Parts: sequence; C-alpha cells; structure tokens
Amino acid sequence: MLNDLYQEVILDHSKRPRNFHQMADATRHVEGYNPLCGDKLKLFVKMDGEKVEDISFVGAGCAISTASASLMTETVKGKSREEAVRMMERFHDLLTTEKPQNGNLGKLAVFSGVRDYPARVKCATLAWHTLKSALTGADEVVSTE
Amino acid sequence: MAIAIKAWPDQTTREAFPVLNQRVHGKPLVYLDNAATTQKPQCVIDAMNQFYEVDNSNIHRGVHELSERSTRHYEEARAKAQRFIHAADWREIVFVRGATEGVNLVAYTYGRRHIHEGDEIVISAMEHHSNIVPWQILCEETDAVLRVAPINERGELLLDEFEKLLGPRTKLVSVVHVSNALGTVNPVAEITRIAHRHGVPVFIDGAQAVAHMKVDVQELDCDFYALSGHKMFGPTGIGVLYGKAALLNKMPPYQGGGDMIRSVSFAKTTYNDVPYKFEAGTPNIAGTIGLGAAIDYINEIGLDHIAAYEHDLLTYGTRQLENIPGLRLIGTAREKAAILSFVLDGVHPHDVGTILDREGVAVRTGHHCAQPVLEWFGVPATTRASLAFYNTRGDIDALVAGIGKVKEVFG
Repeated sequence: MLNDLYQEVILDHSKRPRNFHQMADATRHVEGYNPLCGDKLKLFVKMDGEKVEDISFVGAGCAISTASASLMTETVKGKSREEAVRMMERFHDLLTTEKPQNGNLGKLAVFSGVRDYPARVKCATLAWHTLKSALTGADEVVSTE
Repeated sequence: MAIAIKAWPDQTTREAFPVLNQRVHGKPLVYLDNAATTQKPQCVIDAMNQFYEVDNSNIHRGVHELSERSTRHYEEARAKAQRFIHAADWREIVFVRGATEGVNLVAYTYGRRHIHEGDEIVISAMEHHSNIVPWQILCEETDAVLRVAPINERGELLLDEFEKLLGPRTKLVSVVHVSNALGTVNPVAEITRIAHRHGVPVFIDGAQAVAHMKVDVQELDCDFYALSGHKMFGPTGIGVLYGKAALLNKMPPYQGGGDMIRSVSFAKTTYNDVPYKFEAGTPNIAGTIGLGAAIDYINEIGLDHIAAYEHDLLTYGTRQLENIPGLRLIGTAREKAAILSFVLDGVHPHDVGTILDREGVAVRTGHHCAQPVLEWFGVPATTRASLAFYNTRGDIDALVAGIGKVKEVFG
C-alpha cells in the first residue's frame, strides 16, 4: 500500500528534483505556499508567446510536493499554455475522482496512489496551483487553502 | 520524586479510553498526538451522555427540577476547576471555549482597557500562535508594541534577556507554561516574580501543562491562567480562564448577551458579577460537566503519579530517539514535558507522518501552530510525538520501529 504512494519515480524525483534552480530571464515567477505544512515553492516560467519555453522551481517541501513539482516541469516544458492547463485539470482529476478519465498523463500517472491519502492531495497539487497562477493570473503568493 | 513507578498504565487504564482499543490500517493504534488533543475516558463520555439523556436543561433562573440539576452540575464543575488549579475563589474561574479564547478574552477586555499607544506586551519566542496573534491584533489597534523574549538552542527562555525587556512601558507579560512544539517547561513562578518586581501582571497559557503537572495559581502568583479541557481528557469547546478577582472585577465585559447582565433597559444596562459578566449566552453546559468529570478522573490517578510516570517515559523515549542516526531532537530543555519533536535527515516530516500512520502510529507533523519558534530552529516543520500517561514504552518502541520503516522507504 505504501509503495503505491512512494513509487520509485516519486522517490527519485524527490531526492533529485529536475529543473531545480532559479531562472534569471523568467517572464513570470510565482510563489506557492501550503499553510498546512509550511511547504513553499517558487516557480519560474519563461513563455515564448503561447509556449512554455522553459520552467524551473526552487523550494522546500515533502517528497510528494517536490516530486510533483519536478515531474510537472518536465511534463509542461515545451507545451502550449492551453495544453498545460488541460494537463493540470487531468492531474487534479486523477487525484480527486474515483474513476479518473484515462487521459494522456504519461509519467504523472505515478501520483494515482495519492488519492488514497486525502491529507496528501494538497502536497501533490501545490506546484500545479502555482503553475495555473503563473499561466493565467497575477504575480502573487498562491495558497492551497 | 518519591513515587514508585509501578507497571503502569495497566490494561484497565487503557481500556478506560475506548478510542485506544482499535486497529488502524490493520495495526494496533499507538496514539502519540496528545499535545493536539487527548483521548477521553469512558467516565467523561458517560457524564456528558448523562447530562443529555437525563438532566438536559438550561442553567440559571430555571425554577424546575431539571434546570436546578443542570445549574448544580455546572457550578460543581466550576468548584472542581477552582480546586484543580488551587484558585482562591470560585468567582475567579471563567468558563471559555478553550485556552485560545482565554487569551482573546484578556486581550479584548484587560488589553483594551489598560494597554495604549507606545505600551509594550512581552511574550516569549516559543509561543503558540494563540499567544501571539491576539496580542498582535491588540497592538495593531492601539499602536502598542509586542516584544519577544529570546530562547537558547535547547529551547529554554533566557531569563536575563527577558528581564531586560521589562520597562516602564511594559503593561503585560504573556508566556506559555509548557511549549507545545518543544516541550519546554518554563519557570513560570520565577517569570511571575520577575515581572511583578517591575509591577507587570502575568498571563500564563497552561494548555499543555495541566494534564501533566500540578498547577497552583496562588503559588505561582500569576494574574491570569488559561487551560483547555480537551487537552486534559475532557471534551473540546470548553476551557477555563483564571483571573485574580481584583483584576476580573475591574475588567469590562467580553461579549454582551444573556446571563452577563444584572438588569437591562434601553437606557442603561448593568452587568452581572464575575464570573458571569464574562459568560454571555447559554454556555457549553455538557462540555463543562465533561470537564468536571475529567478533573475527577485526573485526581483519582494523581498528578504526582502522572508526572513521575511521564518523566520516566520521556527519558526512555529521548534515549531511544537519540540512538537513531540522522535524527535531531528539536527542543532539549532541561525542564521538559513529555513531548518529542524531531527532524530526520533527508525526509520531510509529512512523509514521516504518513508512513508512521500506516504503521498505526499517530503523530503530528508540521509547524504545530508555532511557526516563529521553528523558524528560529531553522526547520519549516517537525514530527512531534507527544505522550500522555496512557502511553507505554511499547508505544515508544512502535514509534522507533516506524521510523525504521521510514528509513527503509527513503533509504
């Protein structure tokens, strides 16, 4: 059961997060905060028109939130704004609905185990909430609450 | 301490707490989250059921049998609370929702009456948010200033530094008796002596203390003391604010409503005497009666006995945790209550908490509503195991085994 949550891919990305650095020439940066556990992350996005040309993050969080941010950056890099938002909706669906639609989630499917740990859903969605704000909203601190 | 530690708690003691006798994720429940809330013994549950099943009625001014019974039980609980913290007079016991409301009541009434622009309130660096935010709100409104007494790396208050903060503008000192995040037991009698030397009244947040050690407010000589029922085996939503009669009498009311008045007319309302002046509206009668039953229960076991046993358990737990490579205890005060807060190299407390939960071990992870003190220690969060007298060495062993499991997963 625990292995469903802490899958190898998640442990790997939590220990060695990808795209884990600041970005000097980012077009947007937004902070995400989960007041329940104090997890914080700062997301950097470089847009080229409608395309996410580059994306990175820094911050401190649990294995689930770090791995989620890491895999998210890998997934949305090079995608269009619209594709990224759609991906976010499918990811949210994966974590919160009983029978999620089997969209093309690729590696993100490793987070399906989080559904059985309601207290941890926000850990997995923090990075995505922050991305949504970076893509659609104003520069501000995004909270999961 | 001269009290012998017998093989305790025995099976009957644990069986008195229905919640403890269950399995979680297929494992026997090991409940180590007592600083968040304690479990309730059957006698507390029964007392509350008895009220709703047999005696339920509103208190005061009723002339019928049920109302007289409810009023008697409600006021008996006040007398129990008075004896429990050794207050001089029953009028000094105000029922509130919990320690948080106790702080807010004093900030709202005493604070607004006596604290003005440029005045200072002194707290410690290890306060729970409930003993920070109400004062910040007051300071924002009045332009008073909040000063913070520092601590050392063990999590102990620096008394010299504390005293240096006291000056002619200091109007109140408010400190925690036992830190919920670190376990530190503050020398509140000495703190009070020092503050009084400067003519400053003292508020003590006793939420984490009263279930674990004897508290005598007259001996401490503190001016206010607050506690929460649910952290001492009683129900949620009920607590006590103790205040010296001379101070309470001079304070304006907290909330307006029924029961807190003597007479009301549209031209002029006169207020009731203390403690009723501060108890507007129908109170939490069942909760108050449950709190009374919890006090009876604690008295039956004996706080000396509880304190000695928990000290032994803390010593054992500290030793066991210190043996784990990569584990760092946060809070190592020489005077400490049975709270074990720690961080583990390379693993976030949330992950520790989830894995322990799957082993049946309930701990709390996060900032424990004490963000400033964790920031001081340079950690965003900890894992906290907090003990009560119904915990055993076996529970500590289960925690240690669970941490082994965490290391397996994150190895």
